Amino acid sequence: MNFTHSVHLDKDKCMGCINCIKRCPTQAIRVRNGKATIIPEFCIDCGECIRICPHHAKLATYDPLSVMDDYKYKIALPAPSLYAQFNNLDDINIVLRALLKMGFDAVYEVSAAAELVSELSRKYIEENMDKRPFISSACPSVVRLISVRFPNLIEHILPINAPMDIAAKEARRIAIEKTGLPSEDIGVIFISPCPAKVTASRYPMGFEKSDVDAVVAIKDVYPVLLNHMKNSIDDEEEMLTSGKIGVSWGRSGGEAGGLLNDSYLAADGIENVIKVLEDLEDQKFSNLDFIELNACSGGCVGGTLTVENAYVGKAKLNRLRKYLPVSKNHLGDKTPENAYFDKEIPYVPVFRLGKSLKDSIAAMAKVNALCEKFPGLDCGSCGAPTCKALAEDIVCGRAHERDCIYLLRDYIHRISRQFSSLDSLSDDNGVYSDYSKIDYEEEF
Amino acid sequence: MSDTIKLHYNVSPDDFTRAGEASGDVKSKLKKMGVSPEAVRKVAIAMYEGEINMVIHAEGGYIDVIISEEDITMILVDMGPGIADIEQAMQAGWSTAPDNIRSLGFGAGMGLPNMKKYSDYMDIDTKIGVGTTVTMKVNM
Repeated sequence: MNFTHSVHLDKDKCMGCINCIKRCPTQAIRVRNGKATIIPEFCIDCGECIRICPHHAKLATYDPLSVMDDYKYKIALPAPSLYAQFNNLDDINIVLRALLKMGFDAVYEVSAAAELVSELSRKYIEENMDKRPFISSACPSVVRLISVRFPNLIEHILPINAPMDIAAKEARRIAIEKTGLPSEDIGVIFISPCPAKVTASRYPMGFEKSDVDAVVAIKDVYPVLLNHMKNSIDDEEEMLTSGKIGVSWGRSGGEAGGLLNDSYLAADGIENVIKVLEDLEDQKFSNLDFIELNACSGGCVGGTLTVENAYVGKAKLNRLRKYLPVSKNHLGDKTPENAYFDKEIPYVPVFRLGKSLKDSIAAMAKVNALCEKFPGLDCGSCGAPTCKALAEDIVCGRAHERDCIYLLRDYIHRISRQFSSLDSLSDDNGVYSDYSKIDYEEEF
Repeated sequence: MSDTIKLHYNVSPDDFTRAGEASGDVKSKLKKMGVSPEAVRKVAIAMYEGEINMVIHAEGGYIDVIISEEDITMILVDMGPGIADIEQAMQAGWSTAPDNIRSLGFGAGMGLPNMKKYSDYMDIDTKIGVGTTVTMKVNM
């Protein structure tokens, strides 16, 4: 499994504060030498650190708009959350036409592919009721989280590829057919609400290679698009290829709604997602067919690369979809070529303390002993998010006991006491002997 | 001698919001120790059911968990009313849970049957008016 991520650090801006280490849901960040560092195998690309960093030192990795220049024929794959960014928009066609005006040669709506995924999901769930509940595979952070932390739930992941990937393959096929250009001249460019999709396109989890060539940020496209939208209002060209179901995928509850089935749960926000997964693992739910999980609050409209407030965006999507048909895409006789996973999602036990069970038990015993020594304040001054995390770091050789400022203080007390007792021993004229009477605990 | 991990949890009575904390903590520790997903699942479910039982029926108690290379032992001790008829209590769907508990979604009569199902060994030592000790083992 590849652990390259789409979050990076601007070292000059990082103050080494504890905001990100405290916020990270998988405890993947440590402050080392005054700068935040990510333990790559723990990171699930959820973007929480980008959101919380008060110094804007955590940056998402994605492609600049100039990536369009690398291709002769450029296809825009707008995520449905893009439509939620604009004030007073009542016709998605204006956005789609503006995408052409800003230089794309074609547009393939991800929401159109989403409607196919909804239909595929309905069929798949119906045919595999014995394996329910199914967990949505659309949010890459959730899939990665399950693969490192919830091995018992891997078999519940819906093995259907995300709309982005199905859209990309279909868009490329159509473009090759239409232009006759070789595949490498065609650029399939996803307009993304979140950096997790960058990682997902470069290192897909359920299949070998994504057809997405580049991922650009909604927030970069937004200002350019706004200018062109003004000139697209009066055009007549109908470009919209998706309906209510597809557009709704942009917010929490949209994917589940597309199943036309009441037996579902939809949770958003990474902490809520983790709670649901924990309960699911303990079999606390029964009679659920589907679990929709989005790492971002509000769903994709809450992604870190969006412009609009997640909940305002949600409201805008709801208004936009009002007069759309339920669905504009139907499978008919053909299933998309890359509809299903062709690779199993692996369990990657990155949080394991030791190589063998025996080592792990010994390591856990040490962790417990260390936790007894630490003050239990979870102050973060050592650079780890909790005392327990520091204990685990020490046992795994990533940190030292005296990284804890309280243990360091005790240590300094001890050696200063030893020094002063040396003084009082070596000097008997009464001047230094008073040091031995100082109550150091009081002093500090 | 190889190490064992001993964990101790107090289960507070009548606080549903905290029920499941002990089994949740054991689950996360077992995962960090690389215990097989199957064993983690069995422990999580068996212990959760036991923990909930202690809150519903017995006004709390304590749980000792011992983890060795061979197995995970859970000893659930309460000073509750005791179980009058173990055979009956082991039947799926049989419950003495009061209505207010049922309205929370508990008391389906699956507690003990699930504990039996998900453990490799289970022993119940109970005395009316004195309390109940349930010992469960899950093999590694």
